Amino acid sequence: MDNYPVLIVVVPLIAALLAGLAAWIEERLSYPIALVGLAVSSFCAVKVLMQVIVLGPIQYNIAGWVPPMGIEYRIDLLNAMVLLIVSGIACLNLVASYKSVSQETHDRTGSFYSIYCLFVTGLLGVTATGDLFNLYVLIEITSLSSYAMVALGDKDRGPLASLNYVFIGVIGASFYLLGVGYLYMQTGSLNMADVSRILAGHQGSATVLTAFILCMVGLWIKMAFFPLHVWLPNAYAYSPVAFSRAVAPLMTKVMIYVMIRLMITVFGYDYIFKTLHLSDAVVVLASIAILFGGVMALAQKNLKKMLAYIIVCEIGYMVGGAWMGNQLGMTGAILHILNDALMTFAVFLAVGNMVYRIKNVDLSNLTGLFGKMPWTMAGFVIAAFSIIGVPPTCGFFSKWYLIMGAFEQGAYHFAAALIISSLICAVLFFRVFEISFFPALEGHGETDAHSPIEMEEAPVSMLIVSGLVSLSLIVVGLFSGTIVNTVILPFLK
Amino acid sequence: METIVSIKPLLAVLVSLLVIPVLVSSSKNPNARESWTFFAGTIKFLIVLSMLPVILQGNQIVLTLFKIVPGADIAFRVDALGMLFALVASSLYIVTAMYSIGYMRGLNEHGQTRFVCFFALAISATIGAAFSANLLTLYLFYEVLSLATYPLVAHHQDARSKTSGRRYLTFILGTSIGLVLPAMIYCYHVTGTLEFAGGGIFSGQLSKPAAAVLLLMFVFGFAKSGLMPFHSWLPAAMVAPTPVSALLHAVAVVKVGVFSITRVVTGIFGVDFLLSFNLGAWVAGIASVTILVSSCIALTQDELKRRLAYSTIGQLSYIILGVALLTPKGMTGGMLHIAMHAFGKITLFFCAGAIFVATGKKYISQMKGIGKRMPITMAAFFIGSLSIIGLPPTGGFISKWYLVLGTLEGDHLIFLFVLLSSSLLNAAYFMPVFYKAFFCTKEESLFEEKIVEAPMMCVVPLVITAMISLVLFFAPQPFLNLAKLAVKGFLGG
Repeated sequence: MDNYPVLIVVVPLIAALLAGLAAWIEERLSYPIALVGLAVSSFCAVKVLMQVIVLGPIQYNIAGWVPPMGIEYRIDLLNAMVLLIVSGIACLNLVASYKSVSQETHDRTGSFYSIYCLFVTGLLGVTATGDLFNLYVLIEITSLSSYAMVALGDKDRGPLASLNYVFIGVIGASFYLLGVGYLYMQTGSLNMADVSRILAGHQGSATVLTAFILCMVGLWIKMAFFPLHVWLPNAYAYSPVAFSRAVAPLMTKVMIYVMIRLMITVFGYDYIFKTLHLSDAVVVLASIAILFGGVMALAQKNLKKMLAYIIVCEIGYMVGGAWMGNQLGMTGAILHILNDALMTFAVFLAVGNMVYRIKNVDLSNLTGLFGKMPWTMAGFVIAAFSIIGVPPTCGFFSKWYLIMGAFEQGAYHFAAALIISSLICAVLFFRVFEISFFPALEGHGETDAHSPIEMEEAPVSMLIVSGLVSLSLIVVGLFSGTIVNTVILPFLK
Repeated sequence: METIVSIKPLLAVLVSLLVIPVLVSSSKNPNARESWTFFAGTIKFLIVLSMLPVILQGNQIVLTLFKIVPGADIAFRVDALGMLFALVASSLYIVTAMYSIGYMRGLNEHGQTRFVCFFALAISATIGAAFSANLLTLYLFYEVLSLATYPLVAHHQDARSKTSGRRYLTFILGTSIGLVLPAMIYCYHVTGTLEFAGGGIFSGQLSKPAAAVLLLMFVFGFAKSGLMPFHSWLPAAMVAPTPVSALLHAVAVVKVGVFSITRVVTGIFGVDFLLSFNLGAWVAGIASVTILVSSCIALTQDELKRRLAYSTIGQLSYIILGVALLTPKGMTGGMLHIAMHAFGKITLFFCAGAIFVATGKKYISQMKGIGKRMPITMAAFFIGSLSIIGLPPTGGFISKWYLVLGTLEGDHLIFLFVLLSSSLLNAAYFMPVFYKAFFCTKEESLFEEKIVEAPMMCVVPLVITAMISLVLFFAPQPFLNLAKLAVKGFLGG
């Protein structure tokens, strides 16, 4: 039996430790160690995904202990896909980060890479594990490392944003832990498959209901689902850009994954959609989240913060789709985990390039950027189109499934919210395009546009990653039919 | 009828897309860049032309690229209507490419490389829209075209082009996301397909009110067609350099709008379906109002390009009116008008641009006596006007003839009245322009009696298109046969 499933998680963990130790000897050693760790992890994730597609789910008992006593890793199509997203994006981000990390946190690069690996380890573990308590531990590993990362960012506002994040994050984790406690009370087990089997006979139990609600609220805080989102915008906007590039696409998406995992694998469709009658209310809340995120984004004057609110909006997409209660909605939500991770990554990569050159990404500071950084802006434009939902970028197709799901369920408010949010995103991004397309001096357009603007592009390593990821948005979009048919539909069957 | 699988439609779309990197890399050498544009344009036209015989024999050419969801692939299908449109667009692209050289160099415009690149992208999207096999593919190219045109509209990068660009996007993108997208997904939700079929895709799933709402969402949603009240982007877009106004805002972009409406009316709803609910009359009514109102507004415009823009709005609605009559002759006339109006109106725009290059004049009131200074240009203007008014010996007469026959065939005398009074209005807003250009006393004339034409690259194209307008009166067969074939397809299923 091969050990790929556990290697995905363990290799970055070892890399984290080594990178931290190496920093004592020589700061420059940390980067290659971290890079190798994440590259190996991505390679294992690819292997696992291929294996799962061909052979079906993999069960892996950690250290040979048999569940329900031991911890089990259970990899099916859903988390194989998420594992690949997480490890792939984390690895690519590291490639793009070399220059920007040394620029932003020049005196603490060693600790940055070490914490970064730890953060990724946590996310990968959360995704791979089949054990409810282990999940909690790994969520905390992730969260603790992100608190530290946020604090490494903006000198003035980073620490406060981090503190805010700590308070709310801890509350979220406690909710989840409490929920797991209730589940343990009812079932006496922590293994997901085991719990699910035992729960089948206790559908009416108030304990189970409490456990379910506590778990969900905990996760909603962690994923920044409206109205529990308050920590997110500042935390993402004030952290170092190398970190926000990873946390923005990954953290919330992994939490969405955990929510879907609990809904499908632990509590089960029947319990959620037949016994409980919460789904309509949650979908309404999701619609509000979408609109709220969009409107708040409109009010922002800083590009990073605007994007952070767009994430709040996108969370609404996925929660709404998952709670729609039909296959189309769930397909849309899962497809959107992939698409949103990629497009958020692409857009943040472009922002990272901008930050590298112009430091301050207030909207008013972006004038003439198309002339100054044409390649970065090209990547940004593709990512923006994907977020707006312009075909053939991938964002269009997940939106397609989500709206179809809403129509099938008669949840027209959700469909309307999606359409309106597309319009809002169009306004948001075209405002940015307009500022960066037109030269700085208003009224002297003719003369000014004639004078050549000097190109000041970001380093090649950052540009290549940004370009690749942006192109992948189109490729993934065109192949979304294949992705749905080979990964998502077989999982939902 | 045979269906042939061929890669030609894809090549026709790709050729001007693939040439873009070459254009960018030869930005330092304008002559090489222009040659490449010609080369790609000619290849594109030849590819389109090579498919003509097959189509004229009543066959279809198909190619499926990506399977996204069943019934809505990314796929091409070349039929008579698509062929007609592609033939018009790709042939005029070559002429416009020549004209652009004269115009852009004559005015020493900035950003010429950007200009030709986005022009190439726009024409690619236009051909893609023409060859789309289903609504999803059509929507994809429709959106790409909207976005590719923005940098062309905002080319001057001054305050005025900024406002116009913003209005352009608000109308075009707002309606396509806000109206077409939900309508399209709803169609797919109801029928499970978006394929353009001879008799439509609905079979009793829609009640009359639902069908009416859906139809109106499509008709207004494709705002590129300039139907009132979503027309005001078109006069605003006239700030763009004249080649853009000529090819995109008299031919490619606006006609993609009417083309999409034609596709939806004939391929999604189906003629019989609309007849059974008597919904065609609604659309024809909206088109009639647009025709009359825009012609009246055109009378009041002093800026030549704006007058032409309002004229275009009216003429586009001729096409919609013809199609919405749902009678064989009416539809033939409507589709024929796509071609006839294109050659006439592009001539007029070329003339307006040539006048601007040669004299810097934009307003009709400043053009008294210009006929003596630019006789060739103004003669071409005369021919173009005749075609738009619908007088022999120009192509415009043929299409108007069929449109009139169509109203008689369907016994819609009110629409006959609309067509005839609009012809009078057309005459009323064009006659003064060339009357005052040629017939005025020496005292009135604002120009010296010395022939100074625009650069040759400006004059040759407008002579070519004026000649074609004349030739089409005597030999309308290629377009007429295509239109008749298309109608046969719509009615025969």
